[in-house]
Formats: sequence, structure tokens, C-alpha cells
Amino acid sequence: MTVKVSMTVNGKPAAAEVEERTLLVTFIRESLRLTGTHVGCDTAQCGACTVHVNGQAMKSCNMLAMQAEGKSITTIEGIAAADGTLHPMQEAFRQNHGLQCGFCTPGMVMSAIDMLNHYPDPDEATIRAELDGNLCRCTGYHNIVKSIQAAAKTMG
Amino acid sequence: MATPYIGVPIQRREDLRFLTGAGNYTDDLTLPHQTYAVFVRSPHAHARIRSVRTEAAARCAGVVGIFTGEDVAAAKINGLPCGWLIHGTDGQPMKEPPHPILAQGKVRHVGDPVAVVIAETLAQARDAAERVAVDYDVLPAVVDSVQALKTGAPLVHDDVAANRCYTWSIGDKAATDAVFTHAAHVTTLEFQNNRLIPNPIEPRAVNASYSRADDHYTLYVSNQNPHVERLLMGAFVLGLPEHKVRVVAPDVGGGFGSKIYLYAEDVVLTWASKKVNRPIKWTAERSESFLTDAHGRDHHTRAQLALDRDGRFLALRVDTKANMGAYLSTFASAVPTILYATLLAGQYATPLIHCEVTAVFTNTAPVDAYRGAGRPEATYVVERIVEAAAREMKIDPAALRRRNFIRSFPYQTPVALLYDTGDYDATLDRAIEMADVAGFPARRAEAARRGKLRGLGYSCYIEACGIAPSSVAGSLGARAGLFEAGEVRVHPTGKVTVFTGSHAHGQGHETTFAQVVADRLGIPMDDVEIVHGDTSKVLFGMGTYGSRSLAVGGTAIVKALDKVIAKGRKIAAHLLEAAEADIEFTDGQFRVAGTDRSKAFAEIALTAYVPHNFPHDKLEPGLNENAFYDPSNFTFPAGTYICEVEVDPDTGIVRVERFVAVDDFGNIINPMIVEGQVHGGLVQGLGQAMNECGIYDSGSGQLTTGTFLDYCMPRADDMPSFQVDTRSTPCTHNPLGVKGCGEAGAIGSPPALMNALTDALGVADFAMPATPQRVWATLQAAQRKQAA
Repeated sequence: MTVKVSMTVNGKPAAAEVEERTLLVTFIRESLRLTGTHVGCDTAQCGACTVHVNGQAMKSCNMLAMQAEGKSITTIEGIAAADGTLHPMQEAFRQNHGLQCGFCTPGMVMSAIDMLNHYPDPDEATIRAELDGNLCRCTGYHNIVKSIQAAAKTMG
Repeated sequence: MATPYIGVPIQRREDLRFLTGAGNYTDDLTLPHQTYAVFVRSPHAHARIRSVRTEAAARCAGVVGIFTGEDVAAAKINGLPCGWLIHGTDGQPMKEPPHPILAQGKVRHVGDPVAVVIAETLAQARDAAERVAVDYDVLPAVVDSVQALKTGAPLVHDDVAANRCYTWSIGDKAATDAVFTHAAHVTTLEFQNNRLIPNPIEPRAVNASYSRADDHYTLYVSNQNPHVERLLMGAFVLGLPEHKVRVVAPDVGGGFGSKIYLYAEDVVLTWASKKVNRPIKWTAERSESFLTDAHGRDHHTRAQLALDRDGRFLALRVDTKANMGAYLSTFASAVPTILYATLLAGQYATPLIHCEVTAVFTNTAPVDAYRGAGRPEATYVVERIVEAAAREMKIDPAALRRRNFIRSFPYQTPVALLYDTGDYDATLDRAIEMADVAGFPARRAEAARRGKLRGLGYSCYIEACGIAPSSVAGSLGARAGLFEAGEVRVHPTGKVTVFTGSHAHGQGHETTFAQVVADRLGIPMDDVEIVHGDTSKVLFGMGTYGSRSLAVGGTAIVKALDKVIAKGRKIAAHLLEAAEADIEFTDGQFRVAGTDRSKAFAEIALTAYVPHNFPHDKLEPGLNENAFYDPSNFTFPAGTYICEVEVDPDTGIVRVERFVAVDDFGNIINPMIVEGQVHGGLVQGLGQAMNECGIYDSGSGQLTTGTFLDYCMPRADDMPSFQVDTRSTPCTHNPLGVKGCGEAGAIGSPPALMNALTDALGVADFAMPATPQRVWATLQAAQRKQAA
């Protein structure tokens, strides 16, 4: 069975006919060809697929596309300014070498933005605890923590 | 003076695409008319296949093709090869049982592929794969190397007696054993180096296609060495002509060794793409990564260190059983031998070392190189036993290490390696200072007042990187050379494209290599582009592993740059009407020595392509050079790590309170990237020590740690921030003076943590990983013993 889903993605209307079982992440990657959102596991543990749903960080492998009907989705492709200026969180990751292979990075950045919405000035322990839903195998987290601390300064 | 590029923390040029979702990983690629593959895998650790029935699956919607082991056998496709031939102490070659790309007759580990289903959509392929009916005759399984050697153990391969792949040794056994009969002190340790599952966050992915128009295959694959992949698959497995196969490893989301190898899925899809005449994509689900990516470590070891009464090391003897898994992966046989036993001297002048290694087949996923590959296992042996000896002899562990440091270079170890340079006191001194070791007793006392147990541990590691001098590798069984290739293409405007056989999957080569090129040519870094990962662009490559990229791949580029500069001098001499010997090249200018007459690099480049008045008998047009570099020796990064832990006896939770890493990587091109490599390596090493363990159930052979819910990957709140620094003794045998930094953290950190933990707990040994449950249980047992 297929079903039509429609939502707003990165500020633009997006719609497609998909199988009912289609995950939000599959809709984003396959139907919309927004491949910055990644799939790193099958148990909602790695967080590489994190996007914002109505402004809240969500693992897009963990909900159906149908569940996002009518909602506003933001992916990693949608956070820089229209002129290409990076979001302060993207810029902080770049300045602080907060990424290596880049695969977990979109999820990390989307989670980190949401984190600062909840904790505008987090200490290191808070950042580490709040990153619990995102796995990185390259950086050892050291520079991700630094990146988020730096972003908190520029965004605060 | 040109802009300095060496030793400067330049931001990475890779980052923009990764931070904006514009990366290009294999699964991001969708080809026209693409189909999807799903593999039917064995649910059993060991079974005979009675039958594979595909009729029902073939009738499912969207199915394009189904292939089984019988089809593979009928097509006479070879098994997957092993690239390193070990000869045992008996003079016999290792046992190399067939490793079919789809199981034939028997399955030998959970996840062994039995059939592939190809369909129009991924969902259709999954649905149809459910309908493939495989009838198994389940056999007893064995998952542990020691158990597998015992009489009566199930045989993984019917014709490999006792599951023994080989028994190999290095060093003088008789002389070593003789020392133990009269040594003043002998320390003995037995331990298991726990099995690790690499888990790069990008799962393996393949997209294979075939073009009838020109009889070409194209394989996109998440891989660390596309040329090696092409060579092994083309020449050894499918028998395809190399010039008809293009392998592209685009952006790769981490490898850590697990993406070096030629995997069955890569071959199956390439072969099947011609059969179905459609592109085929397969991306591993994480559970498939757990079951089928090559795992790491898994050693049982007994080690003994003999010392004189002053604590001087007299001899070390080591016996190791190494688990190979069900089949030999691409470099599996080299890991517990060449990459392990040769490192057992560590930083010490131990005069006699003997090591015997028995490699064993079991019903588990193949084991191969994982970040460090043999060197972490060796470092664990050496640094745990040295620390244990210090405690037994009541000698300060740093003092005992100093008493035995190698201080004269070059130094020939008794286990084959020739260390070219190093300064182990320098890294130890700096680490002790940074870790404030002097203040540790006060911190321990303060922790005790809070009811916590605090401990401190050292690890003075060494590793052999820049693999490898081909002559040495060949004499030790390598079936390939381990050089690297580079090409420098200077465009008419003076812009430069550099092609490297190294492959980056997080290491930032596009930045570091561009720094090297810009520095050497005296041109802006923006004028340099680094290209890697595509066999149709790069002339050749052995790829990236063993911390070899800068030391070997970077040197190949430098050699090609030197040829470009040499030709530039000829052109400049012609243009400036001077003798070639009088032309100097500095800061991007070819200058007649002692004059102000010069030509900029870009002018020379343009002239090379607009050679209106070249003396064509002496000077060819164009400016494009390549070079192959085969190192004359390994490089030997070394350093000291100091770890301080605090244990909560009520919960068993171990917190790393301080971690200091001081490394000697030789010269450093980009310190920001180097620090990042150290951080990542440290967490993989600390993950091994505290969190991670690949566990197979001994009865059923099932992998009980098959998801991120069961296999404890280190998360941000498990780990501390690190204090890192470097001390440098430049490598003596490559022009950059570099040694390699990719694996040090994973090599040096496990024993540092375990030495700290055993210090905190007051026990002689503790098996990795130090999970809270196991630490708590140990403390409870100790309390009960005390009470009784």
C-alpha cells in the first residue's frame, strides 16, 4: 500500500507517494535525495539520522514518514544561511576540528543545535551527557565537545 | 618569504562538504536503473547446507535475480584470497581453506552469506529474501581459540586438523628459555586481548554496475584501498582484466582497518551486475556489519618476563593463541605474527625475546587488522607485564622503564625490527610533568576520603608504521609490495592536481597533502588539489592502513614534486639562458644563483605547455611527473601515556580522571589533525579497555553483542577530555621526517588504563573490558574473601 505524505522540508513543501512502511529517513534520502542525513544503525542508537521535526531533534530512522505529515523538517542541508554562510554550529565544528570522516557529523550538528536550545550555556559534563544519543567513532568526542562549547559562546 | 604551511593547524578543506550534507558516500549514490541486493545469511554458527530453495522467492514482486553458492561454483569463481603467506615453525605453509563468496556445502559463522536476492526496490529484495528456504543440518560450533585446539573440538574446515592454521615463532627459543632457569625474578601474566568489532559509523556499502558498451565494470565501494580491491577481485577471484574494472572509493565514513579487505559482497555484486545487466546497490545494515565486518584482536596470551635483581630485563617469552575466525581475511595471517611479535621489544633493550603464535580457525567472523593491528596486542603484553614486574619488585614503574630504555640508535631488536630513532626519556619526562605524577598520592588520599579508589598507570608504547619496506614484507610472507604511488600534474596556469594512492576516510589528506605540496612548490595551497580513491584517475595505490599515508604516500608525492622541480630547473635554465646547475628553486621562484633573474613557478608551468622555442632534443613539453616510493624501513612512533582513574566501589564505575598522551610522531605537518587522530585512537583504545567486547555464545556460536544496544561503543559521557603533547625525533629515512599518527592512541591506551585500574583495585590483573559489573563483582569477591 502506498500513501501520499506531505510536509515542509528546509522551508519548502515536499510531497511523495511512498509505501506506508517508509521511514522518515528513507523519505528524506530516497524521495527527496537529501543525502546529508545518514543511516548508521538499525536500532536508533547512533544518531547519524538526526533531523529537526518542528524544531526538535529527532532520529529520523525512528519514525515513519507518515508520522511527519504536515510537520516542518529541517535537515543538515537546511541550516546554513541562504548565502551559504554556515550556521554557527557548523562553523564551530569546522574551527575546532569537530569532525573527521564526516559521517556522524550531520546528526551531531543537528543534536548539538537542539542541545543549545535546551542548555544555552552547557558545561562539559552536560554536553557529554546530552550527546548520549550520538555515536562518533573518529574524533573521540574531545573536539566535538570543544565545538559545542565554542558554538555556545557565539550563539549565546 | 612564502606562506608557511608545515606545522600549521590549517582548517580542513574537506569539512565544508561534510558539514553541509554535501559529502558523497557510497550509499548516497543512485545510478539509473539501479537495483538492490539483500543477502540471505546463515543463522547458524556451523551447519551443513542440505538445500537452498529459491523458487518461492523468485516469484516475489520485483525480483530481478537470485544467486546461490551453486551458481558461484558453476561460474568457477574463486574464493577470497589472503594476501600474506605465513610459513609455520614446521616449515609448512599456513592452511588456507577456501573462502567462497557464497557458502558452498557448509556455513561457518553466523552471517556467512548463502544467497543474494536482487530486486527493483530494497523492500522487495527484503521481502523476497525472507522466502529463500535454506535447509541446514546444524553442527556443533567452537568460538574460542583455546577450545578449538582441543582434541575432539568441532572442525571448522573438515581438512584442517585441530583447526590450526599455523604455529609460527620468532626469536631464539633455547637462549630465551635458558635465562628463565636462573633469573632473579620472573613475572608471569596470562590474559585475553578482547575481541573488538570496528564499527565505523558508515556501514560497508557497494554499488556495482556493468556496461555492455565497452565491457567495463564500475564498483563504488566503501573501502580504504581501491586499487588493491581491484587487483584482488579482478586477478584472483573473478578473473576480470584489470583495465576493464574501475573501483571508486568515494567519501568513506571511517574504516579503522575494517574496510581494507575484499569482501564477498563486493565480488558478488560485481559479478551479478553483468548477470542482471543492471547496477546493484547493497548497504550493510548495522547488524550485518557486526556479523560480517572483519573483527579485531582476540588473543589468548601467556607471557613471562625475566629480570635481574636490579630490574634489568633479561628475556621475554610469549605464547599466543590468535583467533582467525572462520576464514582467512585479506591480511589476517600477518596481524598476530609480523605486526605483533616483532613489536615485543617495546621501548626496551630486552636482549632475548621468543614468541610463538598459533593461529586458529573458529566459527566466528574473520579477524583481521583493526586500528593498530597486532601492535596494540604487543603493547598490551609488554606494558602490562612491565608494570606488574615493577609492582612485584617494588620498583617505581617509571624508574623500571627508564632502567631498560633503548638509548642508542639505530637499535636492532631481537625480533627483526631496526629502530631508526627515538627519545623515550623525552616523552616520559613530559608526560610525568603534564600528569602531575608528583601530586598523585595527595589525590589518591583525597579520593579515599570520599570512599573512592584512585589509581595511576603508565604505558610506554612503540609501534612500527609506514608499512612497509617491500623487501622486508616479502621476506616475511607478503604476497604484494607495500610501496605507494603519487602523481603531480602541473596545469599550464601553475595550478596543481596531485593524485595519491593513499585513501582518506577521515584523516584529512586533502588538507595535509596539499600543505606538503604548497610548501614544496612555494605556491598558495588554494592552487593545489588532492585526488584519491578512484582507480581511473590515480595511477596506482596500495591504500591507507598501518599509519602509512604521510610517511609512504606523502613521500611518493614528494618524490614526484622533486621531479617536477628538476624539470622546472631545466626549463628555467633554458628561459634564463643559464646553466641548469646555477638554477636555485626557493619560495616558488626559479632563480639564477647570485642574481635577481628569476621565473615564478607559474611562468615555468605555462612555458612547459607553450614550448614555442624548446630545444626538443633536450626538453620535452609538459610538466607532469609520477613517482613510486618504497620505504627502506618502517617508522617507529613512540610515546608515553599516563592514565589516572577513579573507581566507585559501590557501583563499579571507572572514571578516567586524567589522561595524558605525549607522542613522538617525528615532524608534524598539521598539528590540529594529528591531535584529532590521537583523540580518536585513545577512545578506541579506552573503549577496548572499559567498554567493548565482541562475545560469541560458546554453545550456540551466536554473536550476543550484535547491535549497538549490546556492544558497548564508547559514548561522549564515558570518556574524558585529553591532555596531549608531542616530542619529536624526526624519522631518518623519509624526506618529510614523519612517522605516522593514526593508530598510536589505540595502541598505547589500553595498558595505561588497565595499569591504572589494577593500581586502584590493588589486584595483579584484571581482564578487559573493565565494565562496572565486572569491577563491582571483583570488589565484592575481594570483600567476601577478606571477611572469610
